[in-house]
Amino acid sequence: MRVEIVRVEITVNGQPHSREVEPRLLLVHFLRDTLSLTGTHVGCDTSSCGACTVMLDGVAVKSCTVLAAQADGCSVTTVEGLGGPDGLSPVQEGFRQCHGLQCGFCTPGMVMAATALLTERPDPSEQEIRDGLKGNMCRCTGYQMIVESVQWAAANGGAR
Amino acid sequence: MIGSAVPRKEDAALLTGRGTFVDDIHRPGLLHMVYVHSGEAHALITQIDTEAARALPGVVGVWTARDFAELPARPSVPGLERGYLAGDKVHYVGEPVAVVVATDRYLAADAARAVRVEYEPLPVMATVADALAPDAVPIFAPLESNLALEQQVTPHDVADELDASPHRLRARLVNQRCAGAPLEPYGVLADWTGAGPTIWATVQAPHRVRAEIAERFGLARHLVRVIAPDVGGAFGVKSSFMPELFLAPELSRRLGRPVKFVETRGEHMVHTYHGRDQIQEVEVGFDDEGTILALDVTLTVNTGGVPDPVGIALATLTSYMLGGCYRIPKIAARFRSVVTNTTPTASYRGAGRPEASFLIERVVDLVARRLGKDPADVRRVNLVQPGEMPYQTPFEGIVYDEADYPAALDLLLDRLDYAGLREEQERRRADPGAKLLGVGLSTFVEMGGFGPTPLFEQFGYIGGWESANVRLQPDGSAIILVGTAPHGQGHQTALAQIAADELGVPFEAISVLYGDTAVVQEGIGTMGSRGMPVAGNAVRQAAADVAAKARLIAAHMLEAEGDDLVRVEAGFQVKGVPTAEVSLAAVAERSFKPHLLPAGTGLGLECTSYYEPSNLSYPSGAHGCVVEIDRETGHVHVLRYVCVDDCGTVINPMTARGQIHGGVAQGIAQALYEKVSFDADGRPLNASLEDYMLPGMLDLPGYETHHIETKSSFNPLGAKGLGEAGATAAPQAVVNAIVDALAHLGVRDVEMPCTPERVWKAMHHAS
Repeated sequence: MRVEIVRVEITVNGQPHSREVEPRLLLVHFLRDTLSLTGTHVGCDTSSCGACTVMLDGVAVKSCTVLAAQADGCSVTTVEGLGGPDGLSPVQEGFRQCHGLQCGFCTPGMVMAATALLTERPDPSEQEIRDGLKGNMCRCTGYQMIVESVQWAAANGGAR
Repeated sequence: MIGSAVPRKEDAALLTGRGTFVDDIHRPGLLHMVYVHSGEAHALITQIDTEAARALPGVVGVWTARDFAELPARPSVPGLERGYLAGDKVHYVGEPVAVVVATDRYLAADAARAVRVEYEPLPVMATVADALAPDAVPIFAPLESNLALEQQVTPHDVADELDASPHRLRARLVNQRCAGAPLEPYGVLADWTGAGPTIWATVQAPHRVRAEIAERFGLARHLVRVIAPDVGGAFGVKSSFMPELFLAPELSRRLGRPVKFVETRGEHMVHTYHGRDQIQEVEVGFDDEGTILALDVTLTVNTGGVPDPVGIALATLTSYMLGGCYRIPKIAARFRSVVTNTTPTASYRGAGRPEASFLIERVVDLVARRLGKDPADVRRVNLVQPGEMPYQTPFEGIVYDEADYPAALDLLLDRLDYAGLREEQERRRADPGAKLLGVGLSTFVEMGGFGPTPLFEQFGYIGGWESANVRLQPDGSAIILVGTAPHGQGHQTALAQIAADELGVPFEAISVLYGDTAVVQEGIGTMGSRGMPVAGNAVRQAAADVAAKARLIAAHMLEAEGDDLVRVEAGFQVKGVPTAEVSLAAVAERSFKPHLLPAGTGLGLECTSYYEPSNLSYPSGAHGCVVEIDRETGHVHVLRYVCVDDCGTVINPMTARGQIHGGVAQGIAQALYEKVSFDADGRPLNASLEDYMLPGMLDLPGYETHHIETKSSFNPLGAKGLGEAGATAAPQAVVNAIVDALAHLGVRDVEMPCTPERVWKAMHHAS
């Protein structure tokens, strides 16, 4: 069996990467296995849970539903690309202050989805937060403290 | 620091994508293991053709049951030993029949699909009724029938007491099968280097896993290292001994390379064990006031296709908790565990106790309904009173610790504005355009703080204690090693808070480590709401011992007696002499200077404590749910969910709130959304997150939380545990609310999950 290969050029968290990959390789596995950026998680195989949420050219996508080949020429931001040496982003800090995470497995995807939401709606209502994050599942928190985390972030710097 | 809502130590790494979950770990030369699962629920395996799979690129090998025949059986019910892969027959869809190892996870999945398994179908018995039918054939050898276990929990019956009761009623309740579904599926990475394996695994009890692995491989335990790194939720389902825990190290040994297995979600839904799945037949006797005089219960548990040693006997715990927080003089209980052609069942958040709480709380509502009384009033006449604590239940050894059940109910009714809700309910009933309103109560008690040892030994653990090592560093900071294996509960934070108070070391200067058998002294693990009531006390005790030794060294440094010192922020001070002060850092450094210590003082400031609880603890409380129901569609909307919890001492109010929220969310989900279903052929109907209704942001309400803090006298910290309380309390609060909303239509019960279809049918067919 001959394995086909495609070349992709993807910028991840500001760093350009050029790799040869199988056409079927999912973006999430490109990030995790090829680039060793393991902050993006895999929680399901039906695009239901959102643990793999990243930003693709500024738009939140589930990276288990995108082929690495489709992201050719694109810019990806993962959870590792938020915040910086000086500390957490407002969304990350909001989750810390309001106990928006327990086991932490859904958290990177949740944080990326929340960041995308606040980019579009800097001051969302509770209903808008719940609507905006409905594609991300958490089994630990029951969601209310995630809502509060996003509200904290909105009041303390937003999507930065 | 105890009682302070401090943010968690765990969070910085988890929020920045720098956590370490099993699938994040890479080892040089890593190989990937994938199962071939049975697509048949009950069949003989006539042939497994692995040739095509072996020929695929990257494939290292394919193995079937006979290749592991030399490996002693997995931890099993004695006499019902289970292997690693299905041998001659399969017992349920999802049972592993072969294992493939390849150089990459995609290639391994390709190869698994290329393995051809031929089956000769057998009659499928996917329900308890089918499995117990006269023409049923035995599913699991060597059992001669599908009745795997039948137990009389109480030696007596209550026929006389029921006969003597002014009123009696019967009910049949169903506590349906749920999937644990932690967001991180099960995973194992094994690397057998030199004399033994290192295993990174998503487990709740690494020392127990080490013991079981060492025993299977004939190794001394020091040669086996088990690490539970960051674990992405567990809810009990990561406490079962899945075959991959043993197959991954065995294949690593054979291949001389590290081997990783990580479940897909689709696999998780059929392969990792489910929870609940209990049918409850109840008869209750009561008087005109609603005082319950006798309770007779028969439980039937669906254990699935291969009996699990924990799952087969979980109804014991259900039985022990049948009386709830009520003074019921006579209880008779028996249970049956039945093998069916479905995925096995075992622990899921609450493990046996939510089933009991559901049963008794539904029964109390049925009694109230029969007598035309308010469910709150019937609860009041039955509640055990605070003056009766500790309360000996009708079950030997089951003794409730201090609590004030009536106060919890009163606080709940007040916060609900119960009287106002009743008025609103009447107003809406009279208005055909209004949605129906219902209020459901759940005054609950459950078991936490598992052990003590004699109880926990029955579940295969070496003990029911927990261990902690507290060690001051020369600069006065502290490292704590604890025997638990948390997976979201926040032990780094809460245990540091407890230690900070005992040691006088700032919270920020304490690190808590766990989950590595090569680093941590013998430990038990995290399950059964035991973190604070058991491990918390071990930390407290070890820290107190270290603090006592520090005081002796400080006294020597200040040329005073230990009793003459007082604690000050920086360290110790001679009472009344502010200039005679020494910092804890100076004391810690001095502890490493043998020539400057009092004669006979050992070096260092370190202590290991093993805390054995005197008994279980009994977290309790009162939860209330307000629902509205659409008259046209039967859709249930949770308007409010109010919690009053008594978990004894609250270590961190913020993480405590998180535990309550998460438990309640799972309880509401069981009431409204979740059920693992199979068709008549045993085929799973919802083996993905597309089909299994795991609730999202729009499906769950906000929660109002309140506490009553009655310290338990069963442990020095006074903590009772909190991890399972929400999941125990919530299902019946929701169902009672739904039935309450529909009571005027003659509705007496709605089976969980209360889907719009079921609610609509109940509304239209009740009378």
